[in-house]
Amino acid sequence: MRYLFRTEYRQDTSLARHGGDFFWYGLLLVAMIVIPMLMGEFYVGELGGVFIFAIAGVGLMLLVGYTGLISLGHAAFLGIGAYVNSVLLAKGVPFVITLPVAGLFTAACGAAIGLPTLRMSGLYLAIATLAFGSIVGTVFQKWTSVTGGFDGFPVPTPTILGFGLDGATGIYYVSLVVLIFVLWVTANILRSPMGRAMVAIRDSEVSAQSMGINLARYKALAFALSAGMTGLAGALFAHYVRFLAPDAFDVLLSVQFVTIVFVGGLGSLHGAIFGAIFVRLLPQFIAIVRDDLPFGIGRLPGLEPSLFGLVLVLVILFQPGGINGLWLKLKHWFTAYPFKRQTSSRRQKSYAKSERLR
Amino acid sequence: MSLFEAQGISVRFGGIRAVDDVSFEVRKGEVFSIIGPNGAGKTTIFNLISRIYNSTDGKLIFDGQDITKTPPNQVAGVGIARTFQNIELFPNATLLENLLIGRHRHSSVGLLSQLAFLPSTRRAEIQHREKAEDVIAFLGLQRYRDALIANLPYGVRKVVELGRALCIEPKLLLLDEPSSGLNVEETEGMGFWIDDIKKDLGITVIMVEHDMALVNQVSDRVMALNYGKVIAMGTPREVQTHPEVIKAYLGGDLEDAA
Repeated sequence: MRYLFRTEYRQDTSLARHGGDFFWYGLLLVAMIVIPMLMGEFYVGELGGVFIFAIAGVGLMLLVGYTGLISLGHAAFLGIGAYVNSVLLAKGVPFVITLPVAGLFTAACGAAIGLPTLRMSGLYLAIATLAFGSIVGTVFQKWTSVTGGFDGFPVPTPTILGFGLDGATGIYYVSLVVLIFVLWVTANILRSPMGRAMVAIRDSEVSAQSMGINLARYKALAFALSAGMTGLAGALFAHYVRFLAPDAFDVLLSVQFVTIVFVGGLGSLHGAIFGAIFVRLLPQFIAIVRDDLPFGIGRLPGLEPSLFGLVLVLVILFQPGGINGLWLKLKHWFTAYPFKRQTSSRRQKSYAKSERLR
Repeated sequence: MSLFEAQGISVRFGGIRAVDDVSFEVRKGEVFSIIGPNGAGKTTIFNLISRIYNSTDGKLIFDGQDITKTPPNQVAGVGIARTFQNIELFPNATLLENLLIGRHRHSSVGLLSQLAFLPSTRRAEIQHREKAEDVIAFLGLQRYRDALIANLPYGVRKVVELGRALCIEPKLLLLDEPSSGLNVEETEGMGFWIDDIKKDLGITVIMVEHDMALVNQVSDRVMALNYGKVIAMGTPREVQTHPEVIKAYLGGDLEDAA
């Protein structure tokens, strides 16, 4: 069991809690850097895909896990980022500019959708964002002069400082850098007043308001930041798939993002990473076992989306903390051994909330 | 000198006048209690002052400033903090984080500086922590500093909510039933905190309370309400012996009862 002794306020505001953090995260980073040199093209590509989904997952985590707003339209933000990036690249703008522009433009779109939906929450917000997603999907299909419609849009190969990123390895490293950047920004948000305001809005709007938090401002900000990160993921996603088709950004993809957040564990950045790994690995797993399943289950259409749905429901019912919650319990079991009890991880009953003033 | 003044405020829910033409004034540095039977409109007055409800008539004057039309999120900014009857803390954040959220109105660091966590943000964060630690020390909450609110017992949460309101560094503190859900001992403790807040921190307090022992212990003046109307105002003793107040609590005419 590790006890933290705080002797300075500075320690509280640092990202690493203790020396162990430096060691383990450093080791993880080194491993991520050397992996492409040791593994085949296929695995590097898949891991790059995990990174891209993790970037979007972190973005959605900020919105769902920390601000308490649901979005079923994040595939649209991914699509906007992907198209902005690719269209600009095709016009000859360098990748080092198109990538941030894709992020910023998507963030602006996020603020634009965030503002009119400020008064909504829960189901109504889910429906509004769902509608937004299908509107954007239709725009991708019909605005053929820009997006190419159903003919698709071949994504040009990006170059950074003269190096062409045509293989999986190039995109892998760019995604890794962007993922680290996004994690750093999100961690900064969470340790500054802005992030605490978002958490306050998630836990009690009435109370947040009486603390002087401007609900409209912080909800729109959360939407913008979340969309911006997803836009960055979209720009990378374009290079991952190399050919944009409008039907790639449908509601099923949005549900996958929501699955990342819930299965990974609400309100935790580790959770977003765990969730992304899960969501990217499940289809691979299905592909491997598909032929061995009994009664021809493997040949059923829609097996993958229904499995995603099933896992989502099971996690919400039986493991609300998600994979991250499991991980914390496991860690606690080892640090507290042999004093772990059945009730150790059970929450005490909450008391009645006051009358909700809405 | 009066710090806060309500001039004929009213609010109506459908056909019910929850608060009907209520006027009162609160002097600087006093503890002003509002009592009354259930449904008398006490909490509604708090919701009017913290601007969650709109007053249909009248005016709210705080520190010489008209706050009748101030948006609810700017009420903390002018220096009014409140607690809630059934505790509205942020349950999935730690005690320290809850107190730091109370410091929100004092944070003025720019957006980009926060995103990059520049030295200016870090300096401000350290300052906020120093202030929050002062409150933790004042209320003796050290051992719960890093605990999640969801894991804390009810009595402690009540004190945390008081602490969060103090972190706002208000001039006026609204306490909505500070003793509800507390046992006799905890209620007495709460009385001492309120006394300390008034004397040591010089904060003016308006309190809605049912527990008459607590009201007697801390209040300078008391206002009694029934059906949204003021029925008595004065020292605790004056109000409790007022025939209208006895009638409101016990019902019927005094003559009938005698």
